[in-house]
Amino acid sequence: MILVLGEHSEGKIKKTTFELVSKATELGQALNTEVSVALIGKGIEGAEGLGTYGAQKVYHIPTLEKYNPEGMTKILHTLVSELKPSIVLGTASPMGKDLFPRLALRTGAGLTTDCTGLKVDNGKLVATRPIFAGKAFIDVTYETEIQMATTRPNSFMLKTLSPDQKAQVIEKSIEPGEMRTNLVEIVKGKSDRPDLTEASIIVSGGRAMQNSENFKILWELADTIGATVGASRAAVDSGYAPHDMQVGQTGKTVNPNLYVACGISGAIQHLAGMRTSKVIVAINKDPEAPIFKRATYGITGDLFQIVPLLTQEFKKVLAE
Amino acid sequence: MKIGVFVKQVPDTETKIRTKADGSGIEIDGVKFIVNPYDEFAIEEALKTKEKAGAAEVVILSLGPTRVVEALRSGLAMGADRAIHIDDSGIVLDSFVTAKILAKTAETEKFDLIFCGKQAIDDDAAQVPQMVAELLNIPHVMVIEKFEMNAEKNGVVVHRRIGGGAKEVYDVKLPAIFGCEKGLNTPRYASLPGIMKARSKPVTTLKALELMGDSKPRTGNRNYRLPPERPAGKMLQGTPEEVAKELVRLLREEAKVI
Ligand SMILES: Cc1cc2nc3c(=O)[nH]c(=O)nc-3n(C[C@H](O)[C@H](O)[C@H](O)COP(=O)(O)OP(=O)(O)OC[C@H]3O[C@@H](n4cnc5c(N)ncnc54)[C@H](O)[C@@H]3O)c2cc1C
Repeated sequence: MILVLGEHSEGKIKKTTFELVSKATELGQALNTEVSVALIGKGIEGAEGLGTYGAQKVYHIPTLEKYNPEGMTKILHTLVSELKPSIVLGTASPMGKDLFPRLALRTGAGLTTDCTGLKVDNGKLVATRPIFAGKAFIDVTYETEIQMATTRPNSFMLKTLSPDQKAQVIEKSIEPGEMRTNLVEIVKGKSDRPDLTEASIIVSGGRAMQNSENFKILWELADTIGATVGASRAAVDSGYAPHDMQVGQTGKTVNPNLYVACGISGAIQHLAGMRTSKVIVAINKDPEAPIFKRATYGITGDLFQIVPLLTQEFKKVLAE
Repeated sequence: MKIGVFVKQVPDTETKIRTKADGSGIEIDGVKFIVNPYDEFAIEEALKTKEKAGAAEVVILSLGPTRVVEALRSGLAMGADRAIHIDDSGIVLDSFVTAKILAKTAETEKFDLIFCGKQAIDDDAAQVPQMVAELLNIPHVMVIEKFEMNAEKNGVVVHRRIGGGAKEVYDVKLPAIFGCEKGLNTPRYASLPGIMKARSKPVTTLKALELMGDSKPRTGNRNYRLPPERPAGKMLQGTPEEVAKELVRLLREEAKVI
């Protein structure tokens, strides 16, 4: 069996979970085994719908409402011991990244984190992942019976197996046990946009933005095309943007379908964080800027002129 | 109070990565090594915690070849009290074996508190701290950007970054291990007297081989390679109005991303 740890946000199952179930189904076909999903929390909608992407069973465990590393490890360890999956997959989200190493240790599994590719070779899982923030790639093989991996959002295509297929939902009550980490509160961010690490479109600004006020033109473009806004380290260090907006080797590693770099030179540390972007647009007034070597589409010009024109043009065509 | 800090030495962020011809690893000839940037936040937080606590000892640990002693010296120059170098010669490491060795050392030292970086910028695996926590049977919180002792000093309150600008606030019982993120603090520079003093601070060397017991790697890395080169891009020509219009068209019709 392949077990996928599903994620939800306020009861809504996340897109990354559907992506992962689609991929798991493909692996399951190669291994001739079925796919199950674990969903932890209360009030989760549409669990049956995971069947559309190939999941046969969904184990719903309502005993832990909020994420807790110890509680979640205990619950999943119990589930894994019972179901004996050969592969356990999760998203390389803030939760998955935090949880899986602990779970892998307790269950005796080998773990590969933040993967961008998964395949089956000779009956075993082989995981592909970037290292040095994407400056190189490796394949990881397993020496263990249970093989675990967390995968980066936007790495796999959504694939509908059969639109009417419903997964069987099984309620399970597993207690989280003693917890020495107590989640006191969750402080919401200012925006309800997806995090940079999960965003499928990103508009980023560099030192050229000159101040935080000017980021407004990037937000306007982002609002028009459903993007999240990022920044270079130079912009963050100069105080134009908060540090959780930093993209790069010492910031966030992103994996969007579209990355628009505005006034960013393309230093090696910045490229490292965004080089797996599928399409890269660079707007820079220096025709020699290194970012142009990586860009799918380049525009030489003043971002303060180009970005508002882009917003305008998008508004026009998207309204049609 | 005894505070441990895990430090890794990694290639400088400027490094242009080259893979070995047979794909068995990374070429490290001529590579400049630095202290993992996130570990600098960990060292700083340990020193700040010591300053607040009054009496405390800060011990920094690094697993790796002899060169990692340089990384330890820079931690000592910042103000750590002593260092432990765990010599990794003759063994194959993965996150699991690394965690085993560090946990074994931490067990002997009986730390009340351990800081480390939220991830090392070479393998980017972000596995070791949580695994050490599990081995030591203590709590962990990763990606912290705020750390405060409570009044009784048997617990702490930390802020952990999660997606979309949101954060979780945790109350944690010590001993525990924390993965540090940018924004937690500003690492201090080593002062000249600090650098001088560091030379005479004790650095103990242990052998990883003797600490790892019968642990074996659970995963293996192969086929190290560079990412495929991106095909040359298109430079758009024309007036600002023309290029904006053309870009929107290309993104919708050619790249199909919007
Ligand atoms: C240890 C370490 C870690 C690092 N980690 C990161 C990281 O995670 N992320 C990161 O981004 N950097 C990182 N850096 C910093 C990196 O080396 C660069 O300094 C940084 O990325 C530069 O940011 P920038 O491109 O915004 O600024 P600059 O390099 O100053 O580039 C600004 C660009 O804007 C262009 N420009 C100016 N005005 C306009 C205009 N009006 N219209 C259009 N274009 C204009 C200029 O031509 C120039 O190309 C790190 C550095 C170190 C040493």
